[in-house]
Formats: sequence, structure tokens, C-alpha cells
Amino acid sequence: MSDGIEGRPEPDDARQQCFESRLDRALKIEPPDWMPDAYRKTLTRQISQHAHSEIVGMLPEGNWITRAPSLHRKLILLAKVQDEAGHGLYLYSAAESLGTPRDELVAALHAGKAKYSSIFNYPTLTWADVGAIGWLVDGAAIINQIPITRCSYGPYARAMVRICKEESFHQRQGFDIMWTLAHGTPPQRAMAQDALDRWWWPSVMMFGPPDAASVHNEQSLRWKIKLFTNDELRQKFIDQTVPQAERLRLTIPDPQLRWNEETQHYEIGPVDWDEFYRVVGGDGPCNRERLSARVDAWNDGAWVRDAAAEHARKRAGSEAA
Amino acid sequence: MPAEYPLRFGDNALVLAQRLCAWVGHAPVMEEDVALANVALDLFGQARLWLSYAGELEARGRDEDALTFHRDAREFCNVLLVEHENGDFADTTARSYFYDLWASLALGELTRSGDERIAAIAQKALKEVRYHLRRSQDWLIRLGDGTPESHARMQRAADGLWRFTGELFIGDRLDDEMAANGTGFAPERLRDPWLERVHEAFSAATLTVPAGTWTQRGGKQGVHTEALGYMLAEMQVLPRAMPEARW
Ligand SMILES: [Fe+2]
Ligand SMILES: [Fe+2]
Repeated sequence: MSDGIEGRPEPDDARQQCFESRLDRALKIEPPDWMPDAYRKTLTRQISQHAHSEIVGMLPEGNWITRAPSLHRKLILLAKVQDEAGHGLYLYSAAESLGTPRDELVAALHAGKAKYSSIFNYPTLTWADVGAIGWLVDGAAIINQIPITRCSYGPYARAMVRICKEESFHQRQGFDIMWTLAHGTPPQRAMAQDALDRWWWPSVMMFGPPDAASVHNEQSLRWKIKLFTNDELRQKFIDQTVPQAERLRLTIPDPQLRWNEETQHYEIGPVDWDEFYRVVGGDGPCNRERLSARVDAWNDGAWVRDAAAEHARKRAGSEAA
Repeated sequence: MPAEYPLRFGDNALVLAQRLCAWVGHAPVMEEDVALANVALDLFGQARLWLSYAGELEARGRDEDALTFHRDAREFCNVLLVEHENGDFADTTARSYFYDLWASLALGELTRSGDERIAAIAQKALKEVRYHLRRSQDWLIRLGDGTPESHARMQRAADGLWRFTGELFIGDRLDDEMAANGTGFAPERLRDPWLERVHEAFSAATLTVPAGTWTQRGGKQGVHTEALGYMLAEMQVLPRAMPEARW
């Protein structure tokens, strides 16, 4: 985290006031603007975690590119995973605009110091998992991200506009895979149900711990980095997804799930937060595999990056001569 | 027109795309994840056009997916070069460069095909392959003229794949027939322009053009390397396991 990007010396409280008033007037904070260190730090953490999630998120679905069951599906999946790489790249550059270079952010990921979305620590065991990820995980991501298009930090908000458009395409494609499987042969239907059984609860957990236990909620809401609480977003996801599962005639693996006529919302049974904290803490089914796949790609690619840098240096040298 | 002719070009694109897409998520820089996916997307797209045409010509009710997922290795007629395993980034670069250069010449010939459908597919594919060639040649030069390590790796990769390049220029009876009736071209004609461009690029990359003259061949006749069977086993697993399913 670099300090000293701040503008000309001015009394801190005047700058603070100017920052606050921009927030109050719903104006964007832009990279050259003064911002409190804690705001810069929190945003850098949030945006880089988001970028890491896009990049690590390529892996579970990437598993199935070579095994996609038709050329049409293969092209869509490949394009989707490519989009996620693109999302990672925009987000790293949004994070870089706060002063930390991409390599440093990536190094923190590789060292196990930075988090990424825990959902990607679950395995993709069948083709239906590709459908379930698109439908549920991209679906949850959209709900998380649409409010961020209005967040206070300009580069993050703008990156999110572009990303959300692509995510909604991913979500529709995922649902389409589930639809085809749900209307397919009995083994295909079973595959779809099994994927929903395994991805439902991790998707519900994607919105983070309940508001009562969430550490960052309040400050982030004040800074307009977050516009809704974890529980509000989670409820939105549940309300959106339950009817979709009904349309697929698949069963959500929650015997306590019920519609509350009074609140006009679905209510779910208890979430296993122990599992959530365990996976976030590193003990999920694929944490080690995901991280080591990224570390290996980085280490195996070192000689290529060195060569590209060296070649560019030689070029610059011969042009200068 | 024999279905096998467009099938050969389709299989080349399909097999190379299947290899390249395995890099996605594991590339040396994130920008390369995007770029490799782009090339693979183009090649899969080309494969679909060639295979669909082959299926129509064959008139046995096999579409692009039947031809992709329900043929055994002995029925694939791609050149051996493209089925070679990814290896390191230098191996992948050498394979792509040798193929892209050949494909840009071959597709250039096919744009003048007397068969309209072939000419149209070639026209579309040529634009894409020219771009692929710019990329693969650029990497060949950067790695060749990069660090001592990248130079050594790039040279080793080029040496290792060299014996699979000769096959690109050996015609068989089908090639002769297609060249004679104005549908295709004689592969031998592409050898000199290909070699000339290889010499230019290798010199810019400070690499030595491999000297070996022995050529391993058989791909067009369905006699492949061992690597293809594993690749197909992975690619075809689902449609083979559930032949009655639609996806
Ligand atoms: Fe994404
Ligand atoms: Fe997505």
C-alpha cells in the first residue's frame, strides 16, 4: 500500500470534509482525489479480492473446457472463462489506480495473504457443475455487483458496469445448461439435481457472513463502497433463485425453505457458517489445488515474462542507438 | 467432392484448438490467457464450418458434433504437428508458428478454390489465421531473442517439432485430385514460400533453422502419434458415455 499519492498539503480536516461532501452528493472519488488512507486500503483490498476471484474463478470451469460435450457449449464456455480473465484484468487496473501494482497484489494472493471468493474452492465434478456455476455463482455475483456500479470509487464503478453485462450473459448460459439437463435423460436430470445439491449452500454463503457477524459492513456502507448489507443481498438472491429452481423442477436442498406470505420473502434453514469459516480459512476441498494452480502458472511463466521484458529492453536499446 | 478434403482442414483446426484451450487459466501472463482463448475460439469456429461442410458432403447424417465426438483416432485426418502436446510455452509457440504460417499459405490457396463453399470458409479463416501468425511469430522472436534461457527453450522446441513440419508439404492422391480439378492445391508448392518465411523469422529471432530432413508423416491417413488418443479420450468422454443425451 503506497502512501504519499495524496495531493498538495492542505489541512487534513479540510480534505476530509471535501471527501465527505463528495460522498454525500453522490459524486465519484477519482484516482487523483484525496482520500482517507483507510478508504484507499479498504478499496484496494476489496477490488483486488474481486480481481483474484475472477482469476481463480477461471479454474473450476476451466476444468471442463476440454471436456465440454458439444462444440457449441465448448465455445460458450471458453468465451465465458476468457471473459473472467478480462474481468480480472480490468479489476487489477482499477486496484492499481489506488497505487498498488498488479504484481504486488498477485504476490499477496500467491503468498496466501489475500482472499478470493471461497466458492471457487469447491470442485467441479460433472458437466452440470458448469451449468450450476453459471446459474448460481454468476447469478449471485450479479446481485453482489450491480450495486457496485454505483459505488463511490469511479474506476471500480465503471469496471463493474462492463463486467455486469457479461455476467448476466454467463448467468443465462448457465441456466440454459441446467434447463437442457433438467429436460434431458434421467442421468442428465440426476446430474443437474446433484449439482444444485452441492452448489446451493456455498452460493448462499457467497454473500458473506450474516450482518450481525460482519466486520466491514458499517464503514463500507458509510463510504458507499457497499450499498446493501450481506443479508439484504443474500435475500435478493434467494428470492430470485427459488422460482428459477421451480421452473427447472429441481429441488433446493433445504427442507426448511418456505415462502413467508407476510414478508413476501423466502425463508431458508440455518446456514452452516462453520463450513464457511473453515473454507475461508483454507480448509475447503480445493483451496490448495486452486492456489497451487495459480502459483504454478506464475512460476512456470517466469522465464516467458523475463524474455518478453529482456526483448523489449533490447528493442528499446537498438531503437535508441 | 470427397468429404475428407474439408475434413482435413477441419481436423487441423479442431485438434489445435483443443490443445490451445487447455492453456486457459494457466498461461504465463493473464493477457495470454485472453489471447490463447481468442485463438482457440477462432479455430473451433473454423472447425465447425469445415466439419459441417464435410458432414453434408458425406451425407450420412453426421453433423459437426458427431464428427468431433464420435470418431476414433484412426478416422482423424489432421497433420501430426497440431496434435503434439502443449509442452512449455516455447513448444506451444513453435507448434502454432509452424502451423499458422502453413495455414496462412494454404488458406490463401483455398480462397481461389473452384468450390464456392471452400473458398468462403477459407476467406473467413484466412483473416483470423493471419492474426494468429502475427502473434505466434511475435512470440517466436521475443523468446528467441529474449534471455539465454528463453533462447535455448525456443531453439529446443523448434528442433523438437521440426520433423513434423515436412508432412505439411507432402501431397497424396486426394491432394493431387483436388489440385487437378481446381478445388485445392498441391502442398509441395507451399514448401519454398514457407521455408523462406521461416528463415526470415528465425533470423530475426536469432534462432537456427533446424537441419533435420527426416519427416514423420501419416496424420492425413489417420496414422497418428500416441498423443492423439489421450486427447480424444478426454474431449469425447461425455458424448461417448451418454450417446443418447443431447447437450
Ligand atoms: Fe466475472
Ligand atoms: Fe462470470
